[in-house]
Amino acid sequence: MKSTLMKSILKRKNLGIAAAYLLLSVFTVIMVFPFFWMLSSSFKDYSQILQMRFLPAEPTLENYKYIFFSTSSRFPQWFLNSAIVAVCTTASVLFFDSLLGYVLSKFRFPGKRIIFLLIVSTLMIPTEMLVIPWYAIIRAMKWGNTYWAIMFPGMISAFGVYLMRQFMSTIPDDLIDAARVDGQSELRIFLTVVPLIAASKPRMFTLPVGLANFSGEAGSDWHYIMTGATVAMLPLIVVFLLFQRQIVKGIAMTGMKG
Amino acid sequence: MKRLRGALLLIALLSLAAGISAQTVTITYWQYFFETKVKLVDELIKNFEKANPGIKVEQVTFPYETFNQKAAASIPAGEGPDVITLFYGWLPMYVKAGYLQELPKSDFNKEYFDKNFYSFVAESVDFGGKYYSVPTAVRTLALIWNKKLFKDAGFDPEKPPKTLDELAAYARKLSKYDAQGNLVQAGMAMQPTGQGHSWIREVLFRQFGNVPYSADYKKVGYADAKAAEALKWYTDLIVKDKVGYPNFVTDDVTAFRSGKAAMNVDGSFRIAALKAVKDLEWGAAELPSHNGVKSNYASYWTHGIVDGVKGKRLEASIKFLKYITSPEVQELWLQRVGELPATPSLSEKYKEDPFISPFLKGLAYAKASLFIDEAGQRNVMVDAVDEVYLKKVDPLQALKNAAAKEQKLIDNFWK
Amino acid sequence: MTLASRRSLTAYTFLALPLVFFICVRFGPMIYMTAMSFTNWGLLRRKSEFIGLENYVNVLSDPVFLKALGNTLQYAFIGAPIVIVLGLCIALLLDAIPKGKGLFRLIYVLPYITPVVAVSWVWRWMYQPPPLGVINLVLGALGLPAGEFLNSPNQALPSIMGVNVWVELGYCSTIFLAGLQTIPKELHEAARIDGATGRQVLFKVTIPLLAPITFFLTVMEGIQFLRIFTQVYNMSFQAMGGPLDSAKSAALYIYQKAFNNFEMAQAGSASIILFAIIMAVTLVQMKFLDRKVNY
Repeated sequence: MKSTLMKSILKRKNLGIAAAYLLLSVFTVIMVFPFFWMLSSSFKDYSQILQMRFLPAEPTLENYKYIFFSTSSRFPQWFLNSAIVAVCTTASVLFFDSLLGYVLSKFRFPGKRIIFLLIVSTLMIPTEMLVIPWYAIIRAMKWGNTYWAIMFPGMISAFGVYLMRQFMSTIPDDLIDAARVDGQSELRIFLTVVPLIAASKPRMFTLPVGLANFSGEAGSDWHYIMTGATVAMLPLIVVFLLFQRQIVKGIAMTGMKG
Repeated sequence: MKRLRGALLLIALLSLAAGISAQTVTITYWQYFFETKVKLVDELIKNFEKANPGIKVEQVTFPYETFNQKAAASIPAGEGPDVITLFYGWLPMYVKAGYLQELPKSDFNKEYFDKNFYSFVAESVDFGGKYYSVPTAVRTLALIWNKKLFKDAGFDPEKPPKTLDELAAYARKLSKYDAQGNLVQAGMAMQPTGQGHSWIREVLFRQFGNVPYSADYKKVGYADAKAAEALKWYTDLIVKDKVGYPNFVTDDVTAFRSGKAAMNVDGSFRIAALKAVKDLEWGAAELPSHNGVKSNYASYWTHGIVDGVKGKRLEASIKFLKYITSPEVQELWLQRVGELPATPSLSEKYKEDPFISPFLKGLAYAKASLFIDEAGQRNVMVDAVDEVYLKKVDPLQALKNAAAKEQKLIDNFWK
Repeated sequence: MTLASRRSLTAYTFLALPLVFFICVRFGPMIYMTAMSFTNWGLLRRKSEFIGLENYVNVLSDPVFLKALGNTLQYAFIGAPIVIVLGLCIALLLDAIPKGKGLFRLIYVLPYITPVVAVSWVWRWMYQPPPLGVINLVLGALGLPAGEFLNSPNQALPSIMGVNVWVELGYCSTIFLAGLQTIPKELHEAARIDGATGRQVLFKVTIPLLAPITFFLTVMEGIQFLRIFTQVYNMSFQAMGGPLDSAKSAALYIYQKAFNNFEMAQAGSASIILFAIIMAVTLVQMKFLDRKVNY
C-alpha cells in the first residue's frame, strides 16, 4: 500500500522533472536562436542574406573581411574605442564602487543613510535628461573628441554602489566580480546614448552605435549589420564565458537583502 | 653642458615644427555618409591639397539620421566644421540659427547665382539678398524599373509605364505572393519615408489638380478633395492592390537593389550605387504623368561656411568651396554619384545618356519644396499615409490632420 | 578626537571624491535642467528667457507626449510583471531539476550581458515581414498568418517590449533561483508533512519567502522599463518610435525634442515629468510592497 503510494509519487515527480526539462529546453531555443540567426547571417554575403536559409548555402568570411579590413569600414577604430572605454570605465567603477560600498557598509557616521539613498536614487533619473548638461560640461572643459568625454559620466555607477554594499557584508573576495557584471550592464546604457552626442568624430563612436551606419538612406546592408552585431557581442560573450561563475553569482547577489 | 645643448636643440626643433604648422591651415569638412560621395570627396581633397600646398582638408562624415544633431550640438560650441554640406531643406533652420556665415558678396551675389545655376536653386539659396551656400549638384526623381522582372512578367523590358494608370496596372502584374498571400515581390516599392513623401507632395498632388503650397511655401494647401484623391490613389496601391507597403524588405532601396521590388521612384543620386550592383539590369524613365500633367521634385545638397570661421581658415574654406562647386567637380560628381550638375550648361553632353536623361528632363518642370524643417515635414506626410493604410482613416481627413500639423510647424518657424 | 569621530572623518574623506562626482555628473545636471525647463532655451535661439511654466503646458498638451507617456506606462506595467512572473517560473523549473541547472542558467543570462544595440538590430532583422523575417518564416511554415510586428501600430510596442523581456529574463530568473536556494529544504518538507499540496507550498511558503527579492526586482525592472530608450530607438524605422508613434517611449520623445528639434528646455520639462513619474511609481511600490515584505 505504502510502496505503491511512494511509487506513484515518484512517478509523478519524474514526470514533473521531464516536463521541467522540456519547458526549459523550449526557453533555451528562444534564448539561443537570435544568437544563432545572427551568427548564421554573418556568414552570408549580399546575395545570400535575403534568402531565408537557416544555414548559409555557401558560408563566406567576406563580411568579416569587409568589416575589419576594408578602407571604408571604420569598425577597427570603433572596436578599439569600445575596448578602451570599456576597460577604463570598468576599472574605475570597480575601484570607486567598492570603495563606496565598503565605506557605506562598514563605517558608522552621521548622514550615512541619506548619502546611500541619494546615490541609489540617481538610478531614477532619465539619462536623456543628463545628456544635455553633460554635453555642456564637455564643451566647457574642452573635452570634445576625447575618450574622457565618453567615459566621465560612467566612472561611478550607482547600481554598483548598491551592489557593493550588499557584497561587503558577505564575501569580500567576490567583490571584484560583481563590479564587472555591473560595469557591463551600466556600460550598455551610456555606451549607446552618450557617444551619439559626445563624440563629434565617427572614430569616437563606440562599436554598437556604428551598426546604424549600415542602414539608412542608401538602403540596409543586413549582412554587415549582423556581422557587426556579432563582432560587438563576441568580446562580451568571451568575457562572460571566462568569468561566468562570478558573473552569475554577482547577479544572484543583487537580489539578496542588504 | 651636453644636456643644455640637447635642450637647445629640442627647443629649436620645436619652434621649427611650430613654424611649419603655422604655415599649413587645416580645415574640417563635414558631410553625411553616402558612400559614393564620401569616396569622391576623398579624391577631391587630394587634388585640392596638391593644387593648394599649405591647406589640409579633413573630411568627417556622420549618418544621415544624426547629422543635424551633430551639427547643432557642435557648431554653437565652436567645435563644428569649417565647411559643411547641408540638405537645402535644412538651410532655413541653419540660417535662422546663425550657424552659417554670409558668403563674400564679391564672389557670391545674385548675378553669380542667376547666371550659373538653375532658377529654383538661385531662388532657394537667396535669403533676402544674402547668400550662405553654394551647391555642386541637383537631383530629381525618376521611375526606375527592373528589366529582368519586367521580362519575367511578360512586359517589354524597354518600355516602362508612362502614366499613373499604366503604372498601377504594371505594378499589379509585377507583384508576387506566397501561398499564404504574403507579398514576396513588390510591383512597386511604396516608401513614404524615402522619396515617396516628395513624390506625393510635389508630384501626385499637382497631377491630381491640387496646389500643395502657396508660392512662398508659407501656407499649406493640400487639405482638399483633389489632393485626397491623389493620396487615395497612392494608398490604394498599398491597401487594395497590395503591390507594396512601407518597410517591405526593410526599405525601397534595399528592395529594388535586391530584385524584390520591380519599380521604384528614386533620385538621381542612386545611379552610381545601382550601377555597382551585380546582376541588376535596370532602367530609368521620366516620372509617369497623369491627366497630361508632368511634375517632379528637385532637391540639392549645398555647401556653406560655418559662422565664426575667420582669417586663414576662412580664406582656405572659400578656396575649397569654390573648388568643390567648380565645373570640373560638377562633372565628376555627375559621373561618380549621379547627381546632376547645378550649372545647366554642363549637362548638355549627357542629354543622350539613358540613365541621366530622364532625370535631366524632369528638371525642366521640377519644383523644390521650401522646407523649413525637412524631417518634421517629412514625418507629417509619412503619418498621413500611415493613418490611411494602418488606421483606415479617410484620406481627406488624414490630409486635414497633416495640413494642420505642417501649418503649425511653418507658423512656428516664421513666428 | 574620539575614535568614532575619527572613523567618521575617514568615511567622509573616502566619500569626498565620489560625492563630488555624483553632484557634478548627476545632481548638478538635473538641477540645471530643472532650472532651464522654465526658459525657452533652444539651440536655434541665441538667447534664452524665463517663460515660466509654458514648456510644461506645451509638452503636456502635445498629443505625442501623452501618447509616449501612455506607451511608457504600458512598457512598465505590462513588461515588468511579465518578466518577473516568467523569471520566477523559470527559477522554479530550474530549482526542480536535478542536473544541468548551471548550463541552463548560463544560456538564459546570455542576452543580459550582450549590448542592447546589437540585440535590437538582431531582433529587428528577425521581425521583418515576409519574405525576410525568420519569425514569419517559421509562422509561415506552421501555416500561421504572418505577423506585422514592428510595422503595425498595434504590434510594435509589444514586439519591442518582448525583446526587453527576453533580455531581462535571465537576470530575473538567476536572482530568483539564488533566492530559492536559500530557502531551507526542511521548510518545504515540514509543510508537505502537514499535508500541504505542492501548490499550497508554492503560494504559502515559497512565494512569501521570496517577497524581498520580488520587491527588489519589481523596483529595478519598473525603473528599467520606464526608462526604455535604446530598444525603441534602434528597432523603429528612422528611430521614429514605431508607426504613428505607437511604440515611442517618453525617453525617446525627450531625445527627439532635444536632438531633432533642438528644443532643449522643452526636452528638459518632459524629462522632469518622466522623472516625477518614475519616482512616484517607485515610491508607491516601496510603500505598498515594503509592507508585504515585513510579514
